[in-house]
Amino acid sequence: MNDLVLETKGLTKRYGDFTAVDHLDLSVRRGEVFGLLGPNGAGKTTTILMLLGLTEPSEGKVNVLGFDPARQPLSLKKRVGYMPDQVGFYDDLTARENLFYIAKLNGIPRDQIKRRVEEAIERVRLTDVIDKRVGAFSRGMRQRLGLADVLIKNPQLIIMDEPTQGLDPELAHEFLSLIHSLKEEGTTILLSSHLLHQVQAICDRVGLFSRGRMVLQGTVPELARKVLGGAYRIQIETEGSAAKFRKALEGLRDVNAVTVNDGRIILEAQKDIRADAAEAVVRAGGRLRGLSVESQSLDDIYTRYFEEAKHETVN
Amino acid sequence: MKPSTRRMAARGEREGSPWTGLGAVLTKEMADHLTGVRMLILELLVLLTAVGTLYTALQTIRPGSNNEFLYLRLFTTAQEPLPAFVFFLAILVPLIAIALSFDSINGEFNRRTLSRILAQPVYRDALLMGKFLGGLFTLTMVFSAIWLLIFGVGILRLGVPPTTEETGRALWFLLGTIFYGGIWMALALLFSTVFRSPATAALASIAVWAFFIFFWNIVVGVVAPLLGPQQITTLEQLVAAGQLQMILTRISPITLYADIATIMLQPTERFLGFVLPVQLDRAIQAPLPLAQSLLVIWPQLTGLIAATILLFALTYVLFQRQEIRA
Repeated sequence: MNDLVLETKGLTKRYGDFTAVDHLDLSVRRGEVFGLLGPNGAGKTTTILMLLGLTEPSEGKVNVLGFDPARQPLSLKKRVGYMPDQVGFYDDLTARENLFYIAKLNGIPRDQIKRRVEEAIERVRLTDVIDKRVGAFSRGMRQRLGLADVLIKNPQLIIMDEPTQGLDPELAHEFLSLIHSLKEEGTTILLSSHLLHQVQAICDRVGLFSRGRMVLQGTVPELARKVLGGAYRIQIETEGSAAKFRKALEGLRDVNAVTVNDGRIILEAQKDIRADAAEAVVRAGGRLRGLSVESQSLDDIYTRYFEEAKHETVN
Repeated sequence: MKPSTRRMAARGEREGSPWTGLGAVLTKEMADHLTGVRMLILELLVLLTAVGTLYTALQTIRPGSNNEFLYLRLFTTAQEPLPAFVFFLAILVPLIAIALSFDSINGEFNRRTLSRILAQPVYRDALLMGKFLGGLFTLTMVFSAIWLLIFGVGILRLGVPPTTEETGRALWFLLGTIFYGGIWMALALLFSTVFRSPATAALASIAVWAFFIFFWNIVVGVVAPLLGPQQITTLEQLVAAGQLQMILTRISPITLYADIATIMLQPTERFLGFVLPVQLDRAIQAPLPLAQSLLVIWPQLTGLIAATILLFALTYVLFQRQEIRA
């Protein structure tokens, strides 16, 4: 069998005149964490619903784990876990009862249900509240229970819609580390988010969504090279006016651009040329206060890409 | 992937049984109904009316008083100020059925559990069917219990065991009552699929109920003469007008249920609806055997069941097409 867990070709969804997803070609490899990124309303959720067969595509082909969501939904849903954004539970049932129901719907044999439920709950560290009613759960606990709900079927692929939305930074971090541990066990994960810095930390590859189209796809450094030109951004802080060192820095090798911003110089370069930059500043008679290299953040890529896209449409 | 599923996919068919997971949904729904506060209130209500009407009925019925079908009279005997138990049933059964299912689909949607459930390996068919059957079985349990209660109290107070004929009639009436509940349940289920808000769905169902209880007969009284000839001159025209009115009133499930109750619980009743005195001229005033009574209400009974299935089918189609985004 090939290495692709999920593949779409020309996937399209139209609602009347509005095209929510426009000829999407997406492929996710076995064992990777793929991030679908984009602003709200870009078509991420619609795409996910089509992958699961919860919404019928207007056009195009979907293949998930070798199954067609429209024709073989049962086999597919047995192997794919889906965690919707703002996952909901039956509030008057306990965590255990909620998961029991899901286990039964999945046709898990009766003698295994108890063990599987307890294992899943333990995995997300909710064992001490397993017999508490879900109505009393906090947002973070619900989200973790949502993950347990997915884990109960031992999925080969997990699809999560905005998994960290509404969680405070600490909880979000904890949740992401859970996702990371799943990846290490070999589970393939597709997640959507508009919280870029969080996604950056755990995604192997990302796809940038805009108005139903996947505009960019690749690893974060790949995207950085494509969009920002240079993969390195060096920040230089000097005493006194920064502007006068501009020329000296522009003369260095491998420099793409120099911008001065609030007394700070930002150098975009193809290599890590911190040493050269420091030397250049000192030679020009400046006193160096700070020098740091920023790793490329998705936020930058994202902002830059959409700025450029806007310019292009204006021109 | 099994070769069989692949072949089916190639033929463009959906794999597996549409009822996969039906058992799980059904068990959960029934557990919810039976443990819920809502159900408790409804049970108390029915129990209260049953006990009340039974008590008053037993005041008037005495063993040895020349009557046959004592047990059936427990259902139909009324004494001021309480109406008979059948009257209460005609009013309460719809309310109970509506209360059990007005939030079945939109409730899941609003709790945001619907997309999570549908992401499990079950079809929507199983979810909808499970919800409907869960409600229907709950109704069946409650009414069976009430029937047994009535017969039990009857045996204690009347001192004579019920005859086979009586038991048979009571059971057919029970079946009619369950499907009378079924039609209202299917209606509430339909509204719970159409309306996003449970309150709207409940109100819409109750509006239909109120319409049929209070206004349908008035509407028929106004509409029927308009559809018929302006002036009735012949006997045939009179019969036709009467029959038209009859057909129109029978659109209401309440009329159908009342027909079933009349024929099943009062064995001496042999006709339904529009009958000319001439036709009754030579009629024997003796009770009909059960099989004959059944023949009389067969159309009503099948009508109730057919309407239930029809409403359910409509709900099914709407639910299958609904966009689940929660």
